[in-house]
Amino acid sequence: MDLSRAQFALTTLFHFLFVPLTLGLGPWVAIFETMRYRTGDERYGRLSRFFGSLLLINFAIGVASGIIQEFQFGMNWAVFSRFVGDIFGAPLAMEGLFAFFLESTFLGLWVFGRGRLPRAVHLASIWLFVLGTWLSAYFILAANSFMQNPVGFTLDPVSGDAVLTSLGEVFFQPLTVWAWLHTIGGGIIAATVFVFGVSAYHLKRGNHVDLMRKTFRSAIIVGVLAGGFQFVVGDILGVIMVDKQPMKMAAAEAVWETTGPCASLGIIAIPDMAARDNSFEVGIPCLLSIVATNSLDGEVVGMNQLQAQYEEQYGPGNYTPSVWIAFYSFRAMMGFGLIASAWMVVAWWLTRRGRMPKSRWFWGISIWMIAMPWLGNLFGWIFTENGRQPWVVYGLLKTEDAVSDISVGLVATSLVAFVVLYTIVGLVEFVIMRRYAIRGPQDVSEPMPGEPPPVPAESSRGWTS
Amino acid sequence: MDVVTLAYVFFFVIAFVWSVFLFLEGFDFGVGMLTRLVGRNDAERGVILRAIGPNWDANEVWLLTGGILIFAAFPPWYAASFPSAYIPLLLLVFCLIVRALAIEYRSKRPTHRWMNTWDWLTFATGLLLPLLVGVFWAGMVHGIPINAEGRFVGDSLWSHINVYSVLGGLALVSYCIAHGSVFLRRKLDVDWQARLTPWALRSGAVTVVLMTIFSVWTVLAYSADGVGIAVAAVVVLAFAAALITDRQGRTLTAFWFNGIGICAFMAQIFVALFPNVLPSTISDGYTLTIESAAASSTSLNILAITALIGIPGVIAYQSWSFWVFRGRLRPSELAQSAYK
Ligand code: HDD
Ligand code: HEM
Ligand code: HEM
Repeated sequence: MDLSRAQFALTTLFHFLFVPLTLGLGPWVAIFETMRYRTGDERYGRLSRFFGSLLLINFAIGVASGIIQEFQFGMNWAVFSRFVGDIFGAPLAMEGLFAFFLESTFLGLWVFGRGRLPRAVHLASIWLFVLGTWLSAYFILAANSFMQNPVGFTLDPVSGDAVLTSLGEVFFQPLTVWAWLHTIGGGIIAATVFVFGVSAYHLKRGNHVDLMRKTFRSAIIVGVLAGGFQFVVGDILGVIMVDKQPMKMAAAEAVWETTGPCASLGIIAIPDMAARDNSFEVGIPCLLSIVATNSLDGEVVGMNQLQAQYEEQYGPGNYTPSVWIAFYSFRAMMGFGLIASAWMVVAWWLTRRGRMPKSRWFWGISIWMIAMPWLGNLFGWIFTENGRQPWVVYGLLKTEDAVSDISVGLVATSLVAFVVLYTIVGLVEFVIMRRYAIRGPQDVSEPMPGEPPPVPAESSRGWTS
Repeated sequence: MDVVTLAYVFFFVIAFVWSVFLFLEGFDFGVGMLTRLVGRNDAERGVILRAIGPNWDANEVWLLTGGILIFAAFPPWYAASFPSAYIPLLLLVFCLIVRALAIEYRSKRPTHRWMNTWDWLTFATGLLLPLLVGVFWAGMVHGIPINAEGRFVGDSLWSHINVYSVLGGLALVSYCIAHGSVFLRRKLDVDWQARLTPWALRSGAVTVVLMTIFSVWTVLAYSADGVGIAVAAVVVLAFAAALITDRQGRTLTAFWFNGIGICAFMAQIFVALFPNVLPSTISDGYTLTIESAAASSTSLNILAITALIGIPGVIAYQSWSFWVFRGRLRPSELAQSAYK
């Protein structure tokens, strides 16, 4: 079972290396494309093609690694698939029929349709692609939120499997909506910092300065706003989770014994899983009460109390997830995720009114920032999924009961195969992505057949830098 | 509608989705193999791949949908058949990953070694994928060891692999080459025809032979009734008609005959399964049937609405997309091709 877990974790996390960039870069490209359509300025065309080609490189693996996920449910998690099949069926089928077809068909039309399609239809294709990716995120998160907080079902009296009673509840429970916003926010941050870092690379070397300055400054604005958005949405999500999965949130704060009013928020903690207490902790007084309940005298229920309550409810067993992982992955998500937004404020100040810092450090750090939201996103998932343990479907099905009856040797072999394949694939993608990012926007020297000739730069509207 | 009727409807829908998948990805896989069989150098292989450029990715989603619908409409079927085919499916997903990269990344570096490696991988995955799909489905018809609770209890390596299933796989491989070469004959301009025609005819002939053996076997072993025989006859006749029309140079007709043939092939598998979805080799009593494996009525009703809106919608805009890219590739498009 641990191997199946490891395999699932590895493959979904790998999939989620590419998902945020697809979710976030799509709108960037679509906006460049729209600007080009409206102003006729080919500089926007260069940008949309440049970031569009990076998007394509990313998308290819996003799709391939997603397909693996779909198959994994059945291959490694047979009992789980049977148990939730009736619930997951609808969102997954809708994801396939309404989202995946949309994104793949219209991406094809966007890439190859230049010159074959009327310009407005060509523009619409990239927007339909974006719609497809955002919809697909919504459907899959509806399924995932069911695992976090099952609603809209009953248990079949004979087989014991979950049976759908209300799709509306599955789709529109608050957790789904907020988790979706949070994930899209994470995607936008990732893509925006990506645009920011790539632009920084070229600015550092003085390449394509007119274009890259523009994207650099735009990214700063979007990045700071998205960071604030993510903070607010994350806070709301946290309050929901305190209600739905108090154990996860108690673990996130390493709170063993019920505390409050004025519970303190841990900055550092050394949890001791055996003694069920922290051997060391440093915290900020009262902050936890505010974060978890939005009031100073809120009480936070501790894991020991929850453990006792769950034992009564579900029978003997250990209902505490790894506090180490929960506590630090939660902080890593916030820290890594938001550090880039903070850095962007600095960058905004240093590049105000056309200034170009000479410092290599400044540009170097800006480039390295690209990695941060990735870490934030990954830790966000590690927190969400790990904090749910020992349940795979919260309160209904334990992870240990959910796996297929396949041999350990087989899972071990496939796990090794996955690691090898993913390492190679990841490296190849990285090398190509890097190559294309470094090459920079290309000139669009001649118009595509069927398109009007590019407007000379001087006469174009809407371009200020 | 009541659960039982809906379950039968979805059995049909799943057969339909898998047929469309084999019809569309069939030529993509075939084109993948033909890059090596027909293309002589990197530039030529780029031209060949360009023919499937805009659509192959969307075509692949039919495979995904086929899998999801089994999960959605018949969860126990999915939960038993996917672990049982662990190895073939693992290879399948690996091939899908590698193929996506091979097609998308081949032109990202203009060196011969780089392109050559990817092109070999396009060939290999184009060959393995239909083989594995055939093994998966024919293995299902053959049956797998499932116990009274509907759980798979066999050995994941061998449960889907036997002479019958491998034969099914090979028939699909050969069909893909035939279908792909007919497709390319319509996409590439005249000077390619002399090189494509022999491949089209040879693989067409092999397809007729393999499909005939497979169909006769299926009838004798699994579906010796009127419907079974009728469907088998359609398989053989359609592929034979494809071969004949192809010889006469009527490539469009041949293309559609291949389509009819592959739909009949998939129908044959589902007829052989009917009214079961997954026969147990341990005891007939444990066999999963359409009725016993169906999802709940609420879920199936929602799925029905989803499918009713989704499938025609997808067919509509996908056909439109094919229409946008209709006709032979223009030289200007080849010049700026992403796959050059
Ligand atoms: C919040 C977003 C999100 C999440 C949580 C997941 N995915 Fe994903 N998935 C996407 C967002 C996405 C996307 C943005 O739509 C992708 C990502 C990269 C891409 O290229 O499209 C995609 C692609 C993608 C594909 C290929 C689609 C195609 O052919 O066009 C499949 C089959 C899956 N995913 C399946 C899954 C499964 C089974 C998941 C659960 C473990 C999963 N995804 C998690
Ligand atoms: C609908 C969507 C998803 C489903 C159905 C799902 C299902 C599962 C299942 C069955 C497991 C194994 C049981 C376990 O060990 O927890 C798991 C674990 C895990 N999943 Fe998800 N998951 C989904 C989305 C994601 C996504 C998008 C990610 C992030 C990339 C993710 C990250 C993880 C991680 C890191 C684990 C390992 C946790 C651990 O073992 O402690 N999951 N998930
Ligand atoms: C201070 C700000 C933040 C707070 C309070 C916060 C809060 C949360 C909470 C409570 C969850 C768990 C939801 C669950 O268990 O279902 C979560 C999940 C997650 N977080 Fe954050 N978060 C913050 C910032 C970020 C940032 C900046 C990123 C990424 C760049 C990020 C990415 C994620 C991801 C990908 C998930 C898992 C998906 C989901 O459940 O939506 N978070 N966050």
